[in-house]
Amino acid sequence: MCLAIPAKVIQVDASGGGKVDYLGTKVKVDFSLLENVRPGDWVIVHAGFAITRLDEKEAQETLTLLREIAQAQGE
Amino acid sequence: MKELRDGAVTRALLGKIGLKAAALGRPIRIMEVCGTHTMTIHRYGLKALLEEAGVDMVSGPGCPVCITPNELHEACIDLVTQKRNFTLASFGDMTRVPTGRGSLQTAVPAASSRVKIVYSPEEALALAVGNPAQEVVFFGVGFETTIPAIALTVKRAAEKKVPNFSILAALWLIPPALRAILEAGETKVSGFLYPGHVSAIIGLEPYRFIADEYGVPGAVAGFEPNDILLGISAVLDQIREGRPGIYLEYGRVVNPLGNPVARAVMEEMLEPRDALWRGLGRIPRSGLGLRDNYCTYDARSKYSLGIKEQSGDLPGCRCGEVLRGLISPPQCPLFGKKCGPDSPFGPCMVSFEGACFVNYKYGRGKEKG
Repeated sequence: MCLAIPAKVIQVDASGGGKVDYLGTKVKVDFSLLENVRPGDWVIVHAGFAITRLDEKEAQETLTLLREIAQAQGE
Repeated sequence: MKELRDGAVTRALLGKIGLKAAALGRPIRIMEVCGTHTMTIHRYGLKALLEEAGVDMVSGPGCPVCITPNELHEACIDLVTQKRNFTLASFGDMTRVPTGRGSLQTAVPAASSRVKIVYSPEEALALAVGNPAQEVVFFGVGFETTIPAIALTVKRAAEKKVPNFSILAALWLIPPALRAILEAGETKVSGFLYPGHVSAIIGLEPYRFIADEYGVPGAVAGFEPNDILLGISAVLDQIREGRPGIYLEYGRVVNPLGNPVARAVMEEMLEPRDALWRGLGRIPRSGLGLRDNYCTYDARSKYSLGIKEQSGDLPGCRCGEVLRGLISPPQCPLFGKKCGPDSPFGPCMVSFEGACFVNYKYGRGKEKG
């Protein structure tokens, strides 16, 4: 039930509502649980609310770690 | 992001895990707390691969649908079958959980009443605003992932003074449940895979007592197969070094401090209560209920619901033992025979992230009890 999906913010209204792009579909999402959300940000959506952001730098670090593990094994 | 599912990376990680587990020279059992982890572990065949590598994965109490006891379902069934002009709004899974009196889906609502499936608490509030002649109760179930959304929805209902909206709270906190499992000591756990999205709200500190008081290591992991393996590998490192801690593998989504805005809404609206979990029993301060000043939005007080244990689990259902990590689903005599997704005996077979459903869907015939 705690399934939550990553989506890209496309519109933020003054009321805290707005829209995200999820796999090409525009979905209404409430951003009130996050501060300073802007179009272009990536967020994680659960039960109609964005509950956290997706941090690109952290994502890259995990991916680099995984690449290194695969590489070390291949050597 | 293909590295998160890449087979070569998976093989490399499994190789590392195998070597680390062998070096420890004792059985390693890791509890995945979250049902979404259970799903990934079975969907990608990691359960069997990890077993070969020397790591036994056991499912925990990680699905709010599964741990909500039948008495709360029955209270909802009572409301919608006895009250007229009444809407019981609920997440879909919850409507299919069987009790001795049927489920919300088989219940016959009273005149002008109905059960309505919603995807968010806001939808339930919108139903109340749009239908002033209907009393709307939202069956508000969730772990910390979902609780802020529910709390914020009640706050908005209060701000707008919506008179015909309330929630029946089934709000559960993960850290006290893990303490209960450790205290009971029935399931020997070498480490925990902590839930990713619960952690996005609460951060890492609430798990600290598990390492400090019980010496049990853990990792917060994401939901892709290689996320999970990376988390397990980190747990094995902590065991080897004798330094239990909380490794954050899911840093792309989880801030170590959690989500302060979400936590503030929870704090403002809700307070801890002792709560009865299916399988785990009554756990001190493991649930949340609305604070007194919001009691008009609390279906328990609004309708004077005297919720007490009614029929309990269906006869023969062993979901309780599954949720405590005592048995794996195929060890239940009903599993795959009398109990399946079409005719569930318990919630673990209902929820798409329930351990029984996941075992049924991905592991049928591969694992014998």
